[in-house]
Amino acid sequence: MQITLNGKSRSLDPIPTVAALLDSLNLDASRVAVEHNRVVLLMGDFAATPLRDGDVLEIVQFVGGG
Amino acid sequence: MQIDINERPTEIAAGTTLAQLRNAFKPEADLCIRNGFPENEDIVLSPGDRVVFIRRGEIPAAEELEALMAARHTPGVHERIKSATVGIAGCGGLGSAIAVALARTGVGHLILADFDVVEPSNLNRQQYFVDQIGLPKALALRDNLARINPYVQVTVHNERLTPENIPERFGTVDVMVEAFDGADQKAMLAQVFLSKVPGKPLVMGSGMAGFGPSNTIVTRRAAANLYLIGDGETAARPGEGLMAPRVGIAAHHQANAVLRLLLGEDPA
Repeated sequence: MQITLNGKSRSLDPIPTVAALLDSLNLDASRVAVEHNRVVLLMGDFAATPLRDGDVLEIVQFVGGG
Repeated sequence: MQIDINERPTEIAAGTTLAQLRNAFKPEADLCIRNGFPENEDIVLSPGDRVVFIRRGEIPAAEELEALMAARHTPGVHERIKSATVGIAGCGGLGSAIAVALARTGVGHLILADFDVVEPSNLNRQQYFVDQIGLPKALALRDNLARINPYVQVTVHNERLTPENIPERFGTVDVMVEAFDGADQKAMLAQVFLSKVPGKPLVMGSGMAGFGPSNTIVTRRAAANLYLIGDGETAARPGEGLMAPRVGIAAHHQANAVLRLLLGEDPA
């Protein structure tokens, strides 16, 4: 499948959900913000949000300190 | 012609010079600020000029103080930010410095939230004082801001922010600032604010620990309404502590991003 991730086109083996995508990228779901097709998701929605060909995602990973 | 003298519209004769005006209005003044900038030359004034006369060391009357404090702003800036509301989630190293910068700039209303109290280990980077150890940060910061600029309205929430209370506490802001310490708290605020308070910009900090180069801390647009400040990678961890210089750099990137958003400019 083809998605746009942080502005770059990526070819991936089919991945069913946003949660599975985060998993495949080794990202900690509790430390990211995900904008999926212009909609910002709550963490509780990651597993229920299907990933489809052509989806556009912005994933921001946060580090601690402030 | 009309000009502003100490923020009051005043009629003066065409051709009046700055020195003539000072002698008539406040002869003891030793500082003349014209259109936001100190003016040492005796120049002929133009219609619409904003002139402020200050006597060094004099504590002005309350009704004049706000105008004198704003005298170094670029004309037009004060009016626009005076009516703005900015939310700040977290009053630690980032939040306390951002609040001080925005109060000095004259943002009209700040909404502060933090559940924690001032501890000795905070004083290496946070805008508190030794005699405030043990006080709730949100209340201590409100006190400090009142000493800096009493014309800023400050609303405080001395409580932990949650997905349940964030939309209510910050639903009215023009710009929201994330200033938490924990990465999971940063993520929670981003998710909740951007989805529950749609259309409002969020300015976040991520990656400002240690004493790495200053210029790796940048402001960028990370999503539609999300501006992210920091080096993106330097987490606070054993051997890489949080210190005033880099935390301050990130905090002031955030404060300037807020100012630019309020003035209709792109922060990134």
